[in-house]
Amino acid sequence: MATLARASRAEIEALLGAPPQHELLKAPETGTVMLEGRAGGAGQRFNLGEATVTRCVVRLAGGRMGFSYALGRDGRKARLAALLDARLQDEAEDSALHQGIAALARGQAAARELASRKAAATKVDFFTMVRGE
Amino acid sequence: MYVAVKGGEAAILATHDLVAEARRGDPTVPEITVAQIREQQALACARVMNEGSLYDMDLAALALKQSQGDVIEGAFLMRAYRTTLPRFGSSEPVDTAAMAIRRRISATYKDLPGGQVLGPTYDYTHRLFDFALMDGESEATPRTAPAPLDAAMPRVPDILGAEGLMEPEVPPEGDPAPFDLTRGSITFPAGRDVRLQSMARGDEGFLLGLGYSVQRGYGHSHPFVGEVRVGEVCVEFVPEELGFAVDLGDVTLTECQMVNQFQGSKDVAPQFTRGYGLVFGHAERKAMSMSLVDRSLKCREFGEAAVYPAQQDEFVLYHADNVEAAGFVEHLKLPHYVDFQGELELIRRIHKEREERLARQNEDLPEAAE
Repeated sequence: MATLARASRAEIEALLGAPPQHELLKAPETGTVMLEGRAGGAGQRFNLGEATVTRCVVRLAGGRMGFSYALGRDGRKARLAALLDARLQDEAEDSALHQGIAALARGQAAARELASRKAAATKVDFFTMVRGE
Repeated sequence: MYVAVKGGEAAILATHDLVAEARRGDPTVPEITVAQIREQQALACARVMNEGSLYDMDLAALALKQSQGDVIEGAFLMRAYRTTLPRFGSSEPVDTAAMAIRRRISATYKDLPGGQVLGPTYDYTHRLFDFALMDGESEATPRTAPAPLDAAMPRVPDILGAEGLMEPEVPPEGDPAPFDLTRGSITFPAGRDVRLQSMARGDEGFLLGLGYSVQRGYGHSHPFVGEVRVGEVCVEFVPEELGFAVDLGDVTLTECQMVNQFQGSKDVAPQFTRGYGLVFGHAERKAMSMSLVDRSLKCREFGEAAVYPAQQDEFVLYHADNVEAAGFVEHLKLPHYVDFQGELELIRRIHKEREERLARQNEDLPEAAE
């Protein structure tokens, strides 16, 4: 679900293919989640502010349920992700669908690594100027 | 007798059309898209998200487009939209220690674990116009280091804390859910959770001014930036029907930890004290201002006299919200015809009575020549 939350609608659509028969147990719904922080990073909890979140729950014809929760307001993405979540539960670990998720996860990790390497290029190397003898 | 007056509907409809035209500007210039604002005006979007108290880059960009770049009007749109949405619940507290760092600097330690990472910042630019941007030539080819940053980037106050030199920051007994000022009225003295929430959604300019006042002597605090970090943090949420934490994706946050002068007593060895700021998006001026004012508002906890504005929670919290402040200031534009008519009649009566009194006094005066 973490990978799907970070995937684009197009990526999910491409991986899922034709949507399977299903019923909507909870139609795509946009609401908010209040983000909490901690004072000093580790102390007292406080409300930082809300974020938009969209959720969806589906049931496949076979009875398998799929869930989707992700930041943002994309209802169609939520429905497709919930369908994918349901289908993934019945697929073997080495199935094409699971491999597709693994590929998405690798792509996301690669993007994170590239961002980190760009940040690392701005890391300061201090040197000391020696004056006199 | 009170006579209700109606009217202005046609004028209001006409102004809607006119403001749409004003917003569009010269129609020969291409219209800006929400995606362009989201990608190319991200710092303005961050400000709208903070002061609108809603994390959504697309909506913040739309708010800026719709408000012609008026940040407070944009924040108002965010607040209004938020009230139409159901709230699914609260996230797990975000873990900023696990942030995917884009920028992280410390003014207290040169060689801290993980290093000084400048990231994308205007701090070291010369503030000279780049006229190439005017011609739309902004090719960017950032360098990449061969290796990513260290996975572990300890927070600077935790380094001082390990030595026992920093005021510890621990949750209160039972780690209670925080007060939510969008659901209940605040009372004073306000708890730290209320103060931090209020400042996180507060006006950047107001907090900057207060933070500046503290540094200049109206609250005697001239701290060190222990750390500023900017990056992505994952949001975890436990849906009721699932019962386990779900990763909702990443949000960009800016965190500032100020290290302030130490406090001690007969029983406790002196320790540095903390000021904390955490905000949406890349917004370090806001995070720094918030952490300055967070520390000054802790005066009561440290037995310091609260004599300056930045030390008075009631003053700070009641005036930090720019949507409320703008509402009350700008309501003065609304028709006050009846109120003003009352004032006008009163002042005319006073004038009339005064003139009559002066006239009577002049009559009463004896003729000087007699």
